[in-house]
Amino acid sequence: MSTDDAHDPKFGEYGGQYVPEALMPAIEELADAYERYVLDNEDGFMDEFRERLADFGGRPTPLQYADQLSERYDTDVYLKREDLLHGGAHKLNNALGQVLLAKYMGKERIIAETGAGQHGTATAMAAAHLDMPCEIYMGETDIARQRPNVFRMKINGSEVVPVTVGRGTLKEAISETMREWATTVENTHYVIGSVVGPHPFPKMVRDFQSVISEEAREQTIEKTGGLPTDVVACAGGGSNTMGAFAEFVDDEDVALHAVEAGGSSLTVDEEEGVAPNSATLSTGDEGVLHGARTKLLQDSDGQIMESHSVSAGLDYAGVGPELAHLVDEERVTPVNVDDDLALEAFHRLSQDEGIIPALETAHAFGYLERVAGTATDGRAAEPRDEHHEEFGDTVVVNVSGRGDKDLETAIEETTKRDLDIAPDMSMLNRMGGGL
Amino acid sequence: MGLESAFADEPAFVPYLAAGDPNYEDSLSYVEALAAGGADAIELGLPFSEPIAEGTTIQNAIVRSLDAGMTPERFFEFVSDLDVDVPLVCMTYYNLLYQYGADEGPRPFVEKAAEVGVGGFVVPDLPAEEAGPLRAACDEFGLDLVFIVAPTTTQSRLDRMREQVSGYVYVQARLGVTGARDDVDDATEESLARIADWDVPKAVGFGIKTGEHAERIVASGADGIIVGSALVDIVTEGYENGDPTGEVADRLEALARELKQGALRGTQERPQPERT
Repeated sequence: MSTDDAHDPKFGEYGGQYVPEALMPAIEELADAYERYVLDNEDGFMDEFRERLADFGGRPTPLQYADQLSERYDTDVYLKREDLLHGGAHKLNNALGQVLLAKYMGKERIIAETGAGQHGTATAMAAAHLDMPCEIYMGETDIARQRPNVFRMKINGSEVVPVTVGRGTLKEAISETMREWATTVENTHYVIGSVVGPHPFPKMVRDFQSVISEEAREQTIEKTGGLPTDVVACAGGGSNTMGAFAEFVDDEDVALHAVEAGGSSLTVDEEEGVAPNSATLSTGDEGVLHGARTKLLQDSDGQIMESHSVSAGLDYAGVGPELAHLVDEERVTPVNVDDDLALEAFHRLSQDEGIIPALETAHAFGYLERVAGTATDGRAAEPRDEHHEEFGDTVVVNVSGRGDKDLETAIEETTKRDLDIAPDMSMLNRMGGGL
Repeated sequence: MGLESAFADEPAFVPYLAAGDPNYEDSLSYVEALAAGGADAIELGLPFSEPIAEGTTIQNAIVRSLDAGMTPERFFEFVSDLDVDVPLVCMTYYNLLYQYGADEGPRPFVEKAAEVGVGGFVVPDLPAEEAGPLRAACDEFGLDLVFIVAPTTTQSRLDRMREQVSGYVYVQARLGVTGARDDVDDATEESLARIADWDVPKAVGFGIKTGEHAERIVASGADGIIVGSALVDIVTEGYENGDPTGEVADRLEALARELKQGALRGTQERPQPERT
């Protein structure tokens, strides 16, 4: 558990509480509950949370040695298998924590937003498990590209509310859920899906997710006798990133790499207000969105840009304020991987290790390929700074989620591209139809 | 012109429109129609792409305005081009103020706003805790900073807000986001009672739609009413029906008149202060 000052709503200049007045009492109430139940374990909250994470969630997840990748990259690669957590992604850690907290707080109803659907699925599962009514807001674009997860939320008993404003992705869904929360704040808890939003969400979500690095740290010591040299995690809003990094932040010899979605290009179309990427840490500017000061993809007037990634789960114009701060402090190195290389890595992990990763996770492996391997199109490793000249000899990669939800997107995107590593798609395409 | 002046003689009618909705020229005529209909101050929305405090009606207005090219610079031109004789309030979200100043925070925006004649700000996503830099800039250039009191606002937060508010206090009539409603919430009177001894005027907004609503709100002790969505609905209908410019302005002026008259009627029904 983190030891930073729980009362402090800021991470350096970032963070804070920029929300409509109607929500201020709710986030003050939540900050109080966070301190009592999460930090002080009042009424045995954390004991119950850990027990449910073990029995319902399936923790601890393994730290697996990756034979083929280790050989390919000539370094020991360990996989933190959050894809094996119940629901298929790290998201359950946070969803279970927050739904349980809502119960302790006496709330009667859960609302949440989701992009890729993983957070929505995890929240729906946690709500069913803890017998709480739940509504999940999801952009219509994301509903179309994440149908299996929409179905999973519904069969777990949650309502899925389509958000039709804007481009219908995560940023619109978050705004809409905040509006709904402002209307029903007295009996409803909003389960934010990442380390974003007003204080205490970034700290609280990080703490629920820090079980990832807590286990990974112990497991690495157990398996190798020491700490890893590098930890690699993909970063959208940043919940799996902060979860994977949190317990290593004070270990200054452990390099932390946050891999963002480079999309199709890092060049921004100011005229159209579109960033064809979601590389907020690498390319964003400071600003205020969804309750926090952080780095954002925005135009010169301060209007928030539409972001893009082949992975719906990374497709967000903001990022957690703590990550923005750690990047400014040069403790975390932000890097990015484009859609093509992420897809290539998706196929490599599937073929070499028998693990079909979420497209989010594939970005982390794309970075491994670029730095330590040879990307098939011959792209050289990007220039590295002194601190991160190369990977050391023990690299832990957070496998944040499994790729079942992304198979329709993977078929479509693979078909569009000429990837040497991809399987022969002709039969699938000849036969037509979906999965 | 200080915003308090709008409340000096009688209950104030403060309408809201998104500047530039559905386009620059028509929007100018709409705002001027509100002034002709009796507005005492006007809240002009500077559209932000993520308006988390707004309901669907104003969200759509913001999208129309942004699509028609509204920017902070155009907003300043808009204020300069307006021919009205009442105080103007800029209602927007903090990121636009903040980003305008780059490394200097909100100060350059406030300086420019003062230059073109803006009288103050309402920033729905800026609570008193984070408002220090904007408050300082407003003090430097003589502008007011309005805060919103919600039915859920705690006493400790009211105390914090009271130290920083100027111009008027915006009393949110009910929980939720902006949008016209068919009734008036009882929470209004309670909210007004909690801030009765504040020495700034109290203006009630959220959900007011008719002259009768205005009358009831003022009768319950408000110093003014703020109306947005009911007016934006008229702009929306005009836009959807092919933009009949004159008729929209006429309808806005007529509703403004009805709301102002309702507010005036409300003063007759106020309980008289007890003599001691």
